[in-house]
Amino acid sequence: MIAEPFLLRALAAGIGVALVAGPLGCFVVWRRMAYFGNAMAHAALLGVALALLVEIDPLIGVFVVAAAVAVALYALQGRADLTADALLGILAHGTLAVGLVLIAFMTDVRVDLMGYLFGDILAVRTSDLALIYGGGAVALVVLWRIWRALLAETVSPDIARAEGLATDRARLAFLLLMAGVIAAALKLVGILLITAMLIVPAAAARAFATGPVGMAALAALIGCLSVVAGLWGSFVVDTPSGPSIVVAALGLFCLALVVDRLRGAREAAP
Amino acid sequence: MSALLRPSSRVEPAAASALTPRRGGSDASPERLVAAEGLGVRRSGHWLIRDVDIEVAPGRIVSLIGPNGAGKTTTIRALLGIEAPSAGVVRRAPGLRVGYVPQRIAVDHTLPLGVRHLMRLTRHYSDSVIAEALEAVGMSHRIDAAVRTLSGGEFQRVLLARAIVGSPDLLVLDEPVQGVDFAGEIALYRLIREIRDRLGCGVLMVTHDLHVVMAETDTVVCLNGHVCCSGPPRTVAGSPAFHALFGDRAAGVLAVYSHHHDHSHDPASDQARDHAHDHAHHHAHHHAEGDGRDPAAGGA
Repeated sequence: MIAEPFLLRALAAGIGVALVAGPLGCFVVWRRMAYFGNAMAHAALLGVALALLVEIDPLIGVFVVAAAVAVALYALQGRADLTADALLGILAHGTLAVGLVLIAFMTDVRVDLMGYLFGDILAVRTSDLALIYGGGAVALVVLWRIWRALLAETVSPDIARAEGLATDRARLAFLLLMAGVIAAALKLVGILLITAMLIVPAAAARAFATGPVGMAALAALIGCLSVVAGLWGSFVVDTPSGPSIVVAALGLFCLALVVDRLRGAREAAP
Repeated sequence: MSALLRPSSRVEPAAASALTPRRGGSDASPERLVAAEGLGVRRSGHWLIRDVDIEVAPGRIVSLIGPNGAGKTTTIRALLGIEAPSAGVVRRAPGLRVGYVPQRIAVDHTLPLGVRHLMRLTRHYSDSVIAEALEAVGMSHRIDAAVRTLSGGEFQRVLLARAIVGSPDLLVLDEPVQGVDFAGEIALYRLIREIRDRLGCGVLMVTHDLHVVMAETDTVVCLNGHVCCSGPPRTVAGSPAFHALFGDRAAGVLAVYSHHHDHSHDPASDQARDHAHDHAHHHAHHHAEGDGRDPAAGGA
């Protein structure tokens, strides 16, 4: 039963996404960009709708719209009269609502809305795998190249810039990578839960990591475990794949919390 | 701060091999590391600083003083290219290597950062180079510590070590003695002077306490949105613009401290700050030809 082709495809896709989402998610956590990621993910539905309108691959539509929203947010932050979180809320839900309305208008296209919102284990095609692994490999290489500048900018933008690191380039690359992960995770995890793929494994890894690189690697591993456990559960009890994966990740996060607490208690004991 | 108070003779040999001097001490060449002419920064309709001329040459120590909101940090940020100037020009020497200690940095508690990671923040250095930079600030025993376990003073010193680890051409310090007591302040100033002597780097620092400008300062730039006055500490302390801005008492203290420090290494003698202006000058002249190791200023 485990050798069902659609399940294997979903597994392969999920692991590919988790390998990139783990390290990227660490930066999302360190830079406190959870809501930023959320806004990008919500905008993904607008990407789907626009892609259907102009008849291109939804993955490309999602990537373009998420990237555009991210760049717009970055440009607006600090300049608009609104606070950053209000701005994020407006963009997140505004783009989601526009996407939903657009899709409602498309009476001639059959759109699996639930699939887009919560993920669909059956939706992953072989061509998606090529995109996920090709894009994922590029993403990891890019992340490796910008790692020092991005980490330095995360710790202190002033030091990074004063000491000559290309922080603007690193930040832009980081936003594009996030857009890529959101596009890649869309079918499997769904728009509403994509941010969890970035944040939950990274948060779980935090308890055990002693360095930034270690935390990134551990987050990738925890993400992969969540995908395997979640998809297996989704297959067995027939639940949507997105929530199942996130529930598995949440379980690992709770486990990490407990282990961390126990370890802390043991260290505190005489 | 006891580690900082070690006599300089003990610090120098330990760090000398990694922090190789590139230029000879304070005999500076005419070249400039960084210079601004007519620098202005305008944000949301008003000028934070305007018409600021400032420059730092190799081996020179420039202190930036001024009241709160005078634009000291803005000036530094514009000089370093963090902030875009709205007017004037900023020139940095090609390939300039900067070591920067900003006023404050907040490492998110979710980021598991060790001292070693922090030392490698902007560039990779070998363990031995890192150890020697930490040794220079008396923090080599914390090389394996996590950043969030450091105390405020320890963190400040690690940040200084991080700034000097690459043997920068220009060391920029924004209020380096923040939250450090008077004794620690003197020790820190001495450490900065030693680093300057060893690396031959230019030093640009913002001093939070306008009363205290380190003795080794070559140029004091007094800022209040614009440059009120600048020059050697004694000249600035005597200038009418300085008196107008800070009052006579502050000016007197500025002069006293710089002279007092020439002669006394007793950090506990807080009285130095209350010396009268004339008195200080008296001492300064008296000791001008001494070896700088007279026991105390009061001995004259």
